[in-house]
Amino acid sequence: MVNTQVSLCGVTLDNPVIPASGTFGFGQEFAQLYDINCLGSFSFKGTTLHPRFGNPTPRIAECPSGMLNAVGLQNPGVDHVLAEELPALKQIFHKPVMANVSGFSVDEYVQVVEKLDAEEQIGWFEINISCPNVHGGGMSFGTCPDAAAEVTRAVRAVTKKPVILKLSPNVTDIAAIAKACEDAGADGISLINTLLGMRMNLRTRKPLLANVTGGYSGPAVFPVAVRMVYQVYEAVKIPVVGMGGVSSAEDVLELMLAGATAVEVGAANLVDPYASKKIVETLPQVMEQYGIERLADIIGAGHSK
Amino acid sequence: MHQQLCRVLQNAALTDAVWQMRLEADAASVTAPGQFVELKLPGFYLRRPISICDWDGESLTLLYKVVGHGTDAMTRIRPGHHLDALVGLGNGYDLTKSGDAPLLIGGGVGVPPLYGLCKALLRQGKHPAVILGFNTKDEIFYEAEFRALGVPVHITTVDGSCGTKGFVTDVMKDLSYTYFYTCGPGPMFRAIEKTAQTSGQYSFEERMGCGFGACMGCSIETKLGARRVCKDGPVFEREAILW
Repeated sequence: MVNTQVSLCGVTLDNPVIPASGTFGFGQEFAQLYDINCLGSFSFKGTTLHPRFGNPTPRIAECPSGMLNAVGLQNPGVDHVLAEELPALKQIFHKPVMANVSGFSVDEYVQVVEKLDAEEQIGWFEINISCPNVHGGGMSFGTCPDAAAEVTRAVRAVTKKPVILKLSPNVTDIAAIAKACEDAGADGISLINTLLGMRMNLRTRKPLLANVTGGYSGPAVFPVAVRMVYQVYEAVKIPVVGMGGVSSAEDVLELMLAGATAVEVGAANLVDPYASKKIVETLPQVMEQYGIERLADIIGAGHSK
Repeated sequence: MHQQLCRVLQNAALTDAVWQMRLEADAASVTAPGQFVELKLPGFYLRRPISICDWDGESLTLLYKVVGHGTDAMTRIRPGHHLDALVGLGNGYDLTKSGDAPLLIGGGVGVPPLYGLCKALLRQGKHPAVILGFNTKDEIFYEAEFRALGVPVHITTVDGSCGTKGFVTDVMKDLSYTYFYTCGPGPMFRAIEKTAQTSGQYSFEERMGCGFGACMGCSIETKLGARRVCKDGPVFEREAILW
């Protein structure tokens, strides 16, 4: 009998599989299909201070082995999340959940975290400083070490829960950003958010997405994720949550060897609504296949140090 | 919604651009006409949403128009091949508001879901009439299938090569009806909105990510707030739509 448990910032997970923010809503759509308590946890839809409709459509485009999205942080706002989504979530999910938070100013991040902080079910805050689809916020905080550190410090000061900074791959030196977050008090790093991409519509001769650019996700970006998780693991001592194109239990093991303590599953949930459940279910047999008894033992095992 | 592997029974062209695919499938999860399926196609990452034209206990009929790489690849799928499908997505048309004599208005590739709707209304003892609008004679499909249901069928073509010359609204304006149901392109919707004398329901189309409400890729703004075309729609009541 293999052991799939991992500990993320002091919170024990039955397994490291966590559906990624923006691909799992607040769990309701998936709970209609299967018991989502089989998951390690999940990261709920990125929540902002005010309700947001997001970008105009088209927001989605097919890509080689993946997709572009430019949803633009559509969400009902933190007050609605507190009043409606979290009480409903308690009925279907009985584990700590990861609260994904976005903002357009340092103060907005702080206000959202302050409002959510009293919620017992929230096990971690995942601070999204890497959304490529909004302007004047989002990714601009995650592409500069000083700005990333400023958000980290501000959020760190208003909660005792673990704070995980979600980083963008659209940077020159991912290790420097991760280190800046660690030095500012982050408890963990998660990466990668989507890669900034774009497609053209040959018929209209214009960009396919109404937002012009979008975030590239899916299996195509998996090697980028493995590389960046590997680099960040070398640069920081805090836990790393890996994500980017994960579609199988084998992918989970690869990211853990690169340094991930837990692994988020994103676009795969959209193509196969049972993807995360299947990964959880196949993980033990794939561990056995590769002679892994305790999953936690392989975290970072791919490094030579 | 039910995920299943469906055997392709038939895949054949009806016109230059519109094809009919029949799938062997458990259609128990189809609860209303106007719902759709999401098909996983070999070589493509995202599923393709296709409206359900007709269904029975063992099969689904899908009509699709070749509009891009995905639907083009669909035309090369042979009978006997299996497709991974999410069946029974979306809300579908609400039949309870139809009154006795609803009008069904389809434009181009918006025609297919109205066929299942027409059959469902007839089963309830209603007396639907149908307007099918096309650009030209060669693009007409499913006229005979609708006529075989014994309902009044009005054809319009923009170039006048068949039926009434003009648009669906050129026929609609002279008809009396208790309610309307429509599916088709945006410009047709706006013309119907100006012409319609009753309440009705519009079925929307949007590029989708997941098709089951998770990704927020297909949201539209309505008078009720943001709504997902895939999960809260694709059918929306006239009164909810922001024009």
